[in-house]
Amino acid sequence: MTGKPDNQRIVITGVGLAAPNAANLTEYREKLLRGQSEIANIDLRYMDPAPAGVCSFAETRYRKKKDNKRGTRAGCISVYCAHEAVNDAGIDFSEYDKDKTGVYLGLTEHGTVETENEVYNISKFDYNTDYWTHHHNPRTVLNNPAGEVTMSLGITGPHYSVGAACAAGNAALIQGAQMLLLDEVDLALCGGISECVGSFGIFASFKAQGALAQHADPTKASRPFDMARNGIVISEGGCIYTLERLDRAKARRAKIYGELAGYAMNSDARDFVLPYGPRQAECMRKALAKGGLNPADIDIVNTHATGTRQGDIEECRAIREVFGNSPSTYINNTKSIIGHAMGAAGVLELAGNLPAFADNLVHPTINLDNPDPECDLANIVANRPVELKAVKAILNNSFGMVGINSVVIIKKYE
Amino acid sequence: MTRDEIKDVILEIIQDIDEDGEVENLNADEPLRDQLDLDSMDFLDIVMELRKRYQLQIPEGDYPELASLASCVNYLEPRLKDV
Repeated sequence: MTGKPDNQRIVITGVGLAAPNAANLTEYREKLLRGQSEIANIDLRYMDPAPAGVCSFAETRYRKKKDNKRGTRAGCISVYCAHEAVNDAGIDFSEYDKDKTGVYLGLTEHGTVETENEVYNISKFDYNTDYWTHHHNPRTVLNNPAGEVTMSLGITGPHYSVGAACAAGNAALIQGAQMLLLDEVDLALCGGISECVGSFGIFASFKAQGALAQHADPTKASRPFDMARNGIVISEGGCIYTLERLDRAKARRAKIYGELAGYAMNSDARDFVLPYGPRQAECMRKALAKGGLNPADIDIVNTHATGTRQGDIEECRAIREVFGNSPSTYINNTKSIIGHAMGAAGVLELAGNLPAFADNLVHPTINLDNPDPECDLANIVANRPVELKAVKAILNNSFGMVGINSVVIIKKYE
Repeated sequence: MTRDEIKDVILEIIQDIDEDGEVENLNADEPLRDQLDLDSMDFLDIVMELRKRYQLQIPEGDYPELASLASCVNYLEPRLKDV
Protein backbone atom coordinates (compact mmCIF):
# COMPACT_ATOMS: atom_id res chain seq x y z
CA MET A 1 0.00 0.00 0.00
CA THR A 2 2.98 2.29 0.44
CA GLY A 3 3.13 2.66 -3.35
CA LYS A 4 -0.10 4.58 -3.11
CA PRO A 5 -0.29 8.36 -3.11
CA ASP A 6 -0.68 9.90 0.32
CA ASN A 7 -4.31 10.83 -0.29
CA GLN A 8 -5.09 7.13 -0.69
CA ARG A 9 -3.36 6.11 2.53
CA ILE A 10 -5.36 6.06 5.76
CA VAL A 11 -3.79 6.65 9.15
CA ILE A 12 -4.90 6.58 12.77
CA THR A 13 -4.12 9.87 14.48
CA GLY A 14 -6.14 9.80 17.68
CA VAL A 15 -7.46 7.24 20.14
CA GLY A 16 -10.18 7.69 22.75
CA LEU A 17 -11.23 4.75 24.86
CA ALA A 18 -13.11 3.49 27.86
CA ALA A 19 -12.13 -0.02 28.89
CA PRO A 20 -13.10 -2.05 31.94
CA ASN A 21 -9.65 -1.34 33.39
CA ALA A 22 -8.73 2.10 32.01
CA ALA A 23 -10.03 5.36 30.57
CA ASN A 24 -7.06 6.31 28.39
CA LEU A 25 -4.52 4.53 26.22
CA THR A 26 -1.53 5.00 28.53
CA GLU A 27 -3.25 3.48 31.56
CA TYR A 28 -4.79 0.78 29.39
CA ARG A 29 -1.45 -0.23 27.91
CA GLU A 30 0.18 -0.39 31.33
CA LYS A 31 -2.55 -2.63 32.68
CA LEU A 32 -2.55 -4.88 29.62
CA LEU A 33 1.21 -5.36 29.94
CA ARG A 34 0.74 -6.19 33.62
CA GLY A 35 -2.19 -8.46 32.77
CA GLN A 36 -4.33 -6.52 35.23
CA SER A 37 -7.96 -7.55 35.01
CA GLU A 38 -10.64 -5.57 36.81
CA ILE A 39 -13.49 -7.88 35.95
CA ALA A 40 -15.97 -8.08 38.86
CA ASN A 41 -19.32 -9.68 39.57
CA ILE A 42 -22.32 -7.47 38.84
CA ASP A 43 -26.01 -7.65 39.70
CA LEU A 44 -28.30 -8.58 36.84
CA ARG A 45 -31.77 -7.70 38.18
CA TYR A 46 -33.46 -11.08 37.62
CA MET A 47 -30.58 -13.56 37.66
CA ASP A 48 -27.55 -14.49 39.71
CA PRO A 49 -24.58 -12.12 39.58
CA ALA A 50 -22.07 -12.81 36.82
CA PRO A 51 -18.55 -11.60 36.07
CA ALA A 52 -18.52 -8.53 33.84
CA GLY A 53 -16.35 -5.62 32.78
CA VAL A 54 -17.67 -2.20 33.79
CA CYS A 55 -15.95 1.03 32.76
CA SER A 56 -15.11 3.88 35.07
CA PHE A 57 -14.43 7.19 33.29
CA ALA A 58 -15.15 10.89 33.62
CA GLU A 59 -18.76 10.78 32.45
CA THR A 60 -19.33 14.49 32.84
CA ARG A 61 -16.02 15.70 31.41
CA TYR A 62 -17.58 16.44 28.02
CA ARG A 63 -21.29 16.81 28.67
CA LYS A 64 -23.76 17.51 31.41
CA LYS A 65 -25.20 14.92 33.72
CA LYS A 66 -28.61 15.89 32.32
CA ASP A 67 -27.59 14.73 28.84
CA ASN A 68 -26.19 11.48 30.19
CA LYS A 69 -29.51 10.88 31.91
CA ARG A 70 -31.49 11.62 28.78
CA GLY A 71 -29.25 9.64 26.44
CA THR A 72 -27.99 6.09 26.58
CA ARG A 73 -25.03 4.46 28.26
CA ALA A 74 -23.71 3.72 24.77
CA GLY A 75 -24.08 7.41 23.95
CA CYS A 76 -22.31 8.41 27.15
CA ILE A 77 -19.37 6.12 26.38
CA SER A 78 -19.33 7.29 22.76
CA VAL A 79 -19.27 10.98 23.64
CA TYR A 80 -16.38 10.44 26.04
CA CYS A 81 -14.37 8.35 23.56
CA ALA A 82 -15.02 10.75 20.66
CA HIS A 83 -13.88 13.82 22.58
CA GLU A 84 -10.84 11.97 23.90
CA ALA A 85 -9.91 10.88 20.36
CA VAL A 86 -10.33 14.36 18.89
CA ASN A 87 -8.28 15.88 21.71
CA ASP A 88 -5.63 13.19 21.39
CA ALA A 89 -5.40 13.88 17.67
CA GLY A 90 -5.00 17.60 18.33
CA ILE A 91 -7.97 18.40 16.10
CA ASP A 92 -9.75 21.66 16.85
CA PHE A 93 -11.77 21.69 13.61
CA SER A 94 -9.81 24.57 12.15
CA GLU A 95 -8.27 22.04 9.72
CA TYR A 96 -11.43 20.04 9.11
CA ASP A 97 -14.98 21.07 8.34
CA LYS A 98 -17.56 19.59 10.62
CA ASP A 99 -19.77 18.87 7.61
CA LYS A 100 -16.97 16.78 6.08
CA THR A 101 -16.54 14.77 9.26
CA GLY A 102 -18.26 11.41 9.57
CA VAL A 103 -19.07 9.36 12.67
CA TYR A 104 -19.27 5.59 12.16
CA LEU A 105 -19.77 3.42 15.22
CA GLY A 106 -19.89 -0.35 15.33
CA LEU A 107 -22.52 -1.96 17.52
CA THR A 108 -23.28 -5.57 18.30
CA GLU A 109 -26.82 -4.56 19.18
CA HIS A 110 -28.59 -1.48 20.42
CA GLY A 111 -31.81 -0.83 22.29
CA THR A 112 -31.78 -4.00 24.35
CA VAL A 113 -30.73 -2.22 27.54
CA GLU A 114 -33.24 0.60 27.11
CA THR A 115 -36.10 -1.76 26.31
CA GLU A 116 -35.39 -3.97 29.29
CA ASN A 117 -35.22 -0.94 31.56
CA GLU A 118 -38.54 0.34 30.30
CA VAL A 119 -40.31 -3.00 30.67
CA TYR A 120 -38.98 -3.12 34.22
CA ASN A 121 -40.23 0.45 34.77
CA ILE A 122 -43.79 -0.29 33.65
CA SER A 123 -43.80 -3.52 35.66
CA LYS A 124 -44.01 -1.22 38.69
CA PHE A 125 -47.20 0.25 37.23
CA ASP A 126 -48.98 -3.01 36.44
CA TYR A 127 -47.64 -2.88 32.88
CA ASN A 128 -49.69 0.23 32.12
CA THR A 129 -48.05 1.56 28.96
CA ASP A 130 -49.00 5.13 29.91
CA TYR A 131 -45.84 4.98 31.98
CA TRP A 132 -43.60 4.04 29.05
CA THR A 133 -41.06 6.81 28.52
CA HIS A 134 -41.10 9.26 25.62
CA HIS A 135 -37.30 8.85 25.59
CA HIS A 136 -37.58 5.28 24.35
CA ASN A 137 -37.46 5.97 20.61
CA PRO A 138 -34.61 8.49 20.51
CA ARG A 139 -32.66 6.20 22.82
CA THR A 140 -33.21 3.08 20.77
CA VAL A 141 -32.88 4.29 17.19
CA LEU A 142 -29.90 2.45 15.81
CA ASN A 143 -27.91 5.61 15.10
CA ASN A 144 -28.24 6.71 18.74
CA PRO A 145 -24.62 6.45 19.95
CA ALA A 146 -23.13 8.06 16.84
CA GLY A 147 -25.88 10.69 16.88
CA GLU A 148 -25.12 11.59 20.49
CA VAL A 149 -21.51 12.16 19.39
CA THR A 150 -22.57 14.55 16.61
CA MET A 151 -24.77 16.53 19.00
CA SER A 152 -21.97 16.82 21.53
CA LEU A 153 -19.28 17.85 19.02
CA GLY A 154 -21.50 19.80 16.63
CA ILE A 155 -20.53 17.51 13.75
CA THR A 156 -22.88 17.97 10.80
CA GLY A 157 -21.48 15.33 8.46
CA PRO A 158 -22.93 11.82 8.24
CA HIS A 159 -23.35 9.57 11.24
CA TYR A 160 -24.63 6.06 11.53
CA SER A 161 -24.10 2.73 13.19
CA VAL A 162 -22.52 -0.30 11.64
CA GLY A 163 -24.25 -3.41 12.93
CA ALA A 164 -21.97 -6.39 12.62
CA ALA A 165 -22.30 -8.36 15.87
CA CYS A 166 -18.93 -8.68 17.56
CA ALA A 167 -17.11 -7.95 14.31
CA ALA A 168 -18.59 -4.44 14.38
CA GLY A 169 -15.65 -2.45 15.72
CA ASN A 170 -13.42 -3.49 12.86
CA ALA A 171 -16.32 -3.07 10.44
CA ALA A 172 -16.81 0.55 11.49
CA LEU A 173 -13.08 1.21 11.16
CA ILE A 174 -13.26 -0.19 7.63
CA GLN A 175 -16.34 1.93 6.91
CA GLY A 176 -14.55 5.07 8.05
CA ALA A 177 -11.55 4.29 5.87
CA GLN A 178 -13.76 3.63 2.85
CA MET A 179 -15.60 6.90 3.27
CA LEU A 180 -12.24 8.72 3.42
CA LEU A 181 -11.04 6.90 0.31
CA LEU A 182 -14.25 7.84 -1.49
CA ASP A 183 -13.67 11.45 -0.47
CA GLU A 184 -17.09 11.50 1.19
CA VAL A 185 -15.48 12.86 4.35
CA ASP A 186 -12.10 14.33 5.31
CA LEU A 187 -12.12 13.11 8.90
CA ALA A 188 -13.68 9.92 10.22
CA LEU A 189 -14.46 9.23 13.86
CA CYS A 190 -14.93 5.52 13.92
CA GLY A 191 -14.83 2.66 16.34
CA GLY A 192 -17.11 0.51 18.41
CA ILE A 193 -19.24 0.79 21.52
CA SER A 194 -20.90 -1.62 23.91
CA GLU A 195 -23.34 -1.06 26.76
CA CYS A 196 -24.16 -4.78 27.00
CA VAL A 197 -23.59 -5.12 30.74
CA GLY A 198 -26.87 -3.24 31.26
CA SER A 199 -28.87 -6.05 29.71
CA PHE A 200 -29.67 -9.14 31.78
CA GLY A 201 -31.07 -10.67 28.58
CA ILE A 202 -27.67 -10.78 26.89
CA PHE A 203 -26.21 -12.58 29.90
CA ALA A 204 -29.22 -14.91 30.17
CA SER A 205 -29.03 -15.77 26.49
CA PHE A 206 -25.34 -16.69 26.70
CA LYS A 207 -26.12 -18.67 29.85
CA ALA A 208 -28.91 -20.55 28.09
CA GLN A 209 -26.45 -21.32 25.34
CA GLY A 210 -23.94 -22.65 27.89
CA ALA A 211 -21.57 -19.82 27.00
CA LEU A 212 -21.57 -17.52 30.04
CA ALA A 213 -18.32 -17.64 32.03
CA GLN A 214 -18.37 -18.47 35.71
CA HIS A 215 -15.45 -18.56 38.14
CA ALA A 216 -15.07 -18.07 41.88
CA ASP A 217 -12.56 -15.31 41.09
CA PRO A 218 -14.13 -13.03 38.45
CA THR A 219 -10.70 -11.88 37.22
CA LYS A 220 -10.02 -15.48 36.22
CA ALA A 221 -13.35 -16.04 34.47
CA SER A 222 -12.20 -14.90 31.03
CA ARG A 223 -9.71 -17.58 29.95
CA PRO A 224 -9.57 -18.11 26.20
CA PHE A 225 -7.62 -21.17 25.02
CA ASP A 226 -7.42 -22.59 28.56
CA MET A 227 -8.80 -26.03 29.32
CA ALA A 228 -10.89 -24.60 32.18
CA ARG A 229 -12.63 -21.99 30.02
CA ASN A 230 -16.39 -22.08 30.31
CA GLY A 231 -17.70 -19.09 28.41
CA ILE A 232 -17.76 -15.37 27.77
CA VAL A 233 -17.24 -12.51 30.22
CA ILE A 234 -19.42 -9.67 28.98
CA SER A 235 -18.03 -6.15 29.13
CA GLU A 236 -19.07 -2.65 28.25
CA GLY A 237 -16.61 -0.29 26.65
CA GLY A 238 -15.75 1.86 23.72
CA CYS A 239 -12.96 2.94 21.48
CA ILE A 240 -13.06 5.64 18.82
CA TYR A 241 -10.26 6.54 16.42
CA THR A 242 -9.71 9.59 14.33
CA LEU A 243 -8.86 8.41 10.83
CA GLU A 244 -7.39 10.77 8.26
CA ARG A 245 -5.88 10.60 4.83
CA LEU A 246 -2.11 10.68 5.13
CA ASP A 247 -1.65 13.88 3.11
CA ARG A 248 -3.97 15.81 5.43
CA ALA A 249 -2.46 14.26 8.54
CA LYS A 250 1.04 15.17 7.39
CA ALA A 251 -0.01 18.70 6.49
CA ARG A 252 -1.09 19.33 10.05
CA ARG A 253 1.90 17.42 11.48
CA ALA A 254 -0.33 14.92 13.24
CA LYS A 255 1.01 12.19 15.47
CA ILE A 256 0.45 8.91 13.61
CA TYR A 257 -0.28 5.72 15.53
CA GLY A 258 -0.28 3.50 12.47
CA GLU A 259 -1.46 3.05 8.93
CA LEU A 260 -4.35 0.91 7.78
CA ALA A 261 -2.54 -1.61 5.60
CA GLY A 262 -5.30 -4.06 4.80
CA TYR A 263 -8.77 -5.13 5.73
CA ALA A 264 -11.46 -7.61 4.77
CA MET A 265 -14.91 -8.79 5.74
CA ASN A 266 -16.83 -11.91 4.79
CA SER A 267 -19.69 -14.14 5.90
CA ASP A 268 -19.79 -17.76 7.03
CA ALA A 269 -23.22 -18.32 5.47
CA ARG A 270 -23.89 -21.38 7.60
CA ASP A 271 -24.80 -21.01 11.31
CA PHE A 272 -26.49 -18.58 13.68
CA VAL A 273 -23.93 -18.86 16.46
CA LEU A 274 -21.01 -21.16 15.66
CA PRO A 275 -17.95 -19.48 14.19
CA TYR A 276 -16.28 -21.13 11.21
CA GLY A 277 -12.50 -21.33 10.99
CA PRO A 278 -12.09 -21.82 7.25
CA ARG A 279 -14.02 -18.61 6.49
CA GLN A 280 -12.01 -16.72 9.10
CA ALA A 281 -8.84 -17.95 7.41
CA GLU A 282 -10.15 -16.68 4.08
CA CYS A 283 -10.90 -13.31 5.65
CA MET A 284 -7.38 -13.02 7.07
CA ARG A 285 -5.87 -14.00 3.72
CA LYS A 286 -7.97 -11.39 1.93
CA ALA A 287 -6.81 -8.69 4.33
CA LEU A 288 -3.18 -9.73 3.86
CA ALA A 289 -3.58 -9.70 0.08
CA LYS A 290 -5.18 -6.26 0.17
CA GLY A 291 -2.17 -4.98 2.07
CA GLY A 292 0.31 -6.77 -0.16
CA LEU A 293 1.54 -8.63 2.92
CA ASN A 294 2.62 -12.18 3.68
CA PRO A 295 1.74 -13.93 6.95
CA ALA A 296 5.38 -13.58 8.04
CA ASP A 297 5.03 -9.79 7.82
CA ILE A 298 2.54 -9.85 10.73
CA ASP A 299 4.22 -9.54 14.12
CA ILE A 300 1.13 -9.67 16.32
CA VAL A 301 -2.23 -11.32 15.81
CA ASN A 302 -4.82 -10.11 18.30
CA THR A 303 -7.27 -12.99 18.47
CA HIS A 304 -10.99 -12.64 18.94
CA ALA A 305 -11.30 -15.78 21.11
CA THR A 306 -13.97 -15.29 23.76
CA GLY A 307 -13.45 -18.31 25.94
CA THR A 308 -16.06 -20.57 24.40
CA ARG A 309 -15.02 -24.10 23.63
CA GLN A 310 -15.86 -24.23 19.95
CA GLY A 311 -15.19 -20.60 19.08
CA ASP A 312 -11.64 -20.72 20.38
CA ILE A 313 -10.89 -23.95 18.54
CA GLU A 314 -12.24 -22.61 15.25
CA GLU A 315 -10.17 -19.45 15.44
CA CYS A 316 -7.00 -21.37 16.31
CA ARG A 317 -7.67 -23.61 13.34
CA ALA A 318 -7.89 -20.52 11.12
CA ILE A 319 -4.73 -18.98 12.55
CA ARG A 320 -2.78 -22.22 12.17
CA GLU A 321 -3.96 -22.45 8.59
CA VAL A 322 -2.82 -18.90 7.74
CA PHE A 323 0.19 -18.42 10.02
CA GLY A 324 1.32 -22.00 10.58
CA ASN A 325 4.65 -21.43 8.90
CA SER A 326 5.38 -18.03 10.34
CA PRO A 327 7.77 -18.21 13.31
CA SER A 328 7.88 -14.41 13.52
CA THR A 329 4.17 -14.00 14.26
CA TYR A 330 3.10 -13.75 17.92
CA ILE A 331 -0.44 -14.29 19.12
CA ASN A 332 -2.28 -12.70 22.04
CA ASN A 333 -5.77 -12.33 23.42
CA THR A 334 -6.95 -9.14 25.06
CA LYS A 335 -10.35 -10.45 26.20
CA SER A 336 -8.60 -12.53 28.83
CA ILE A 337 -7.89 -9.20 30.59
CA ILE A 338 -10.87 -6.98 29.73
CA GLY A 339 -13.62 -9.47 28.85
CA HIS A 340 -15.66 -9.29 25.68
CA ALA A 341 -16.64 -5.72 24.87
CA MET A 342 -18.83 -6.90 22.00
CA GLY A 343 -19.18 -4.13 19.40
CA ALA A 344 -16.18 -2.38 20.92
CA ALA A 345 -14.06 -5.52 21.14
CA GLY A 346 -12.13 -5.32 17.89
CA VAL A 347 -11.17 -1.66 18.10
CA LEU A 348 -10.54 -1.69 21.84
CA GLU A 349 -8.25 -4.70 21.52
CA LEU A 350 -6.48 -3.15 18.55
CA ALA A 351 -5.90 0.02 20.58
CA GLY A 352 -4.26 -2.02 23.31
CA ASN A 353 -1.79 -3.38 20.77
CA LEU A 354 -0.99 -0.13 18.94
CA PRO A 355 1.66 1.01 21.46
CA ALA A 356 3.64 -2.11 20.47
CA PHE A 357 4.88 -0.14 17.45
CA ALA A 358 6.76 2.03 19.94
CA ASP A 359 7.68 -0.38 22.76
CA ASN A 360 7.94 -3.65 20.77
CA LEU A 361 6.10 -5.49 23.54
CA VAL A 362 3.31 -7.98 23.01
CA HIS A 363 0.87 -7.89 25.90
CA PRO A 364 -0.07 -11.28 27.29
CA THR A 365 -3.05 -13.57 27.25
CA ILE A 366 -3.77 -14.09 30.95
CA ASN A 367 -5.41 -17.04 32.70
CA LEU A 368 -3.79 -19.39 30.22
CA ASP A 369 -2.67 -21.95 32.79
CA ASN A 370 -3.45 -25.18 31.03
CA PRO A 371 -3.65 -24.67 27.26
CA ASP A 372 -6.21 -26.71 25.37
CA PRO A 373 -4.27 -28.90 22.90
CA GLU A 374 -6.95 -28.09 20.33
CA CYS A 375 -6.00 -24.43 20.72
CA ASP A 376 -2.32 -25.07 20.21
CA LEU A 377 -0.69 -22.07 18.57
CA ALA A 378 2.99 -21.41 18.02
CA ASN A 379 4.15 -18.20 19.72
CA ILE A 380 1.11 -17.61 21.85
CA VAL A 381 2.03 -14.96 24.41
CA ALA A 382 0.83 -16.34 27.73
CA ASN A 383 0.70 -14.69 31.14
CA ARG A 384 3.65 -12.31 30.67
CA PRO A 385 4.59 -9.94 27.86
CA VAL A 386 7.12 -10.80 25.20
CA GLU A 387 9.54 -8.29 23.74
CA LEU A 388 10.18 -8.49 20.01
CA LYS A 389 13.01 -6.93 18.05
CA ALA A 390 10.48 -4.86 16.16
CA VAL A 391 6.74 -4.68 15.68
CA LYS A 392 5.78 -3.51 12.22
CA ALA A 393 2.34 -4.98 11.57
CA ILE A 394 -0.62 -6.03 13.73
CA LEU A 395 -3.53 -8.11 12.51
CA ASN A 396 -6.76 -7.82 14.44
CA ASN A 397 -9.26 -10.64 13.96
CA SER A 398 -12.95 -10.34 14.85
CA PHE A 399 -15.99 -12.48 14.23
CA GLY A 400 -19.57 -12.48 15.37
CA MET A 401 -22.93 -14.17 15.45
CA VAL A 402 -24.84 -15.08 12.32
CA GLY A 403 -21.47 -15.65 10.68
CA ILE A 404 -19.63 -12.37 10.17
CA ASN A 405 -15.85 -11.93 10.09
CA SER A 406 -13.77 -8.76 9.96
CA VAL A 407 -10.02 -8.35 9.84
CA VAL A 408 -7.97 -5.18 10.07
CA ILE A 409 -4.20 -4.91 9.59
CA ILE A 410 -2.36 -1.87 10.91
CA LYS A 411 1.23 -1.17 9.90
CA LYS A 412 3.75 0.91 11.72
CA TYR A 413 4.02 4.28 10.02
CA GLU A 414 7.56 4.90 8.86
CA MET B 1 -51.17 19.58 49.04
CA THR B 2 -50.56 23.22 49.75
CA ARG B 3 -49.29 25.63 47.10
CA ASP B 4 -45.86 25.60 48.73
CA GLU B 5 -45.76 21.82 48.77
CA ILE B 6 -46.70 21.70 45.09
CA LYS B 7 -44.01 24.22 44.30
CA ASP B 8 -41.45 22.11 46.16
CA VAL B 9 -42.51 19.01 44.25
CA ILE B 10 -42.12 20.77 40.91
CA LEU B 11 -38.69 22.06 41.88
CA GLU B 12 -37.68 18.61 43.07
CA ILE B 13 -38.77 17.07 39.76
CA ILE B 14 -36.89 19.72 37.79
CA GLN B 15 -33.82 19.20 39.94
CA ASP B 16 -33.99 15.49 39.26
CA ILE B 17 -34.10 16.16 35.50
CA ASP B 18 -31.21 18.61 35.65
CA GLU B 19 -29.09 18.34 38.76
CA ASP B 20 -26.97 21.26 37.61
CA GLY B 21 -29.97 23.57 37.16
CA GLU B 22 -30.18 26.59 39.47
CA VAL B 23 -33.69 26.43 40.88
CA GLU B 24 -33.24 28.57 43.98
CA ASN B 25 -33.88 32.01 42.53
CA LEU B 26 -36.45 31.30 39.86
CA ASN B 27 -38.92 34.00 38.97
CA ALA B 28 -42.23 32.21 39.47
CA ASP B 29 -43.98 34.19 36.76
CA GLU B 30 -41.35 33.83 34.04
CA PRO B 31 -41.40 30.80 31.75
CA LEU B 32 -39.26 27.98 33.14
CA ARG B 33 -37.72 27.46 29.71
CA ASP B 34 -36.30 30.98 29.76
CA GLN B 35 -34.60 30.40 33.09
CA LEU B 36 -33.48 26.79 32.88
CA ASP B 37 -32.02 24.42 30.31
CA LEU B 38 -35.34 22.71 29.65
CA ASP B 39 -36.90 21.63 26.37
CA SER B 40 -40.11 19.90 25.33
CA MET B 41 -38.77 16.46 26.24
CA ASP B 42 -38.00 17.73 29.73
CA PHE B 43 -41.56 19.00 30.12
CA LEU B 44 -42.76 15.54 29.16
CA ASP B 45 -40.54 14.24 31.97
CA ILE B 46 -42.35 16.54 34.38
CA VAL B 47 -45.71 15.27 33.11
CA MET B 48 -44.55 11.67 33.45
CA GLU B 49 -43.23 12.17 36.94
CA LEU B 50 -46.53 13.71 38.08
CA ARG B 51 -48.32 10.72 36.57
CA LYS B 52 -46.04 8.31 38.41
CA ARG B 53 -46.30 10.07 41.74
CA TYR B 54 -49.98 11.06 41.78
CA GLN B 55 -51.60 9.08 38.92
CA LEU B 56 -52.33 12.47 37.42
CA GLN B 57 -53.17 12.42 33.72
CA ILE B 58 -52.44 15.80 32.19
CA PRO B 59 -54.00 16.13 28.72
CA GLU B 60 -51.71 17.44 26.00
CA GLY B 61 -53.88 20.53 25.57
CA ASP B 62 -53.03 21.53 29.14
CA TYR B 63 -49.26 21.40 28.75
CA PRO B 64 -48.99 25.20 28.33
CA GLU B 65 -50.28 25.45 31.90
CA LEU B 66 -46.91 24.11 33.04
CA ALA B 67 -44.96 26.97 31.47
CA SER B 68 -44.02 28.83 34.66
CA LEU B 69 -43.72 27.83 38.27
CA ALA B 70 -46.75 29.97 39.20
CA SER B 71 -48.90 28.55 36.40
CA CYS B 72 -47.86 25.02 37.40
CA VAL B 73 -48.98 25.62 40.96
CA ASN B 74 -52.26 27.23 39.81
CA TYR B 75 -52.97 24.31 37.53
CA LEU B 76 -52.02 21.59 39.97
CA GLU B 77 -53.55 23.03 43.15
CA PRO B 78 -57.13 21.84 42.54
CA ARG B 79 -55.90 18.55 41.07
CA LEU B 80 -53.68 17.70 44.04
CA LYS B 81 -55.86 19.09 46.82
CA ASP B 82 -56.66 15.62 48.17
CA VAL B 83 -53.11 14.33 48.04
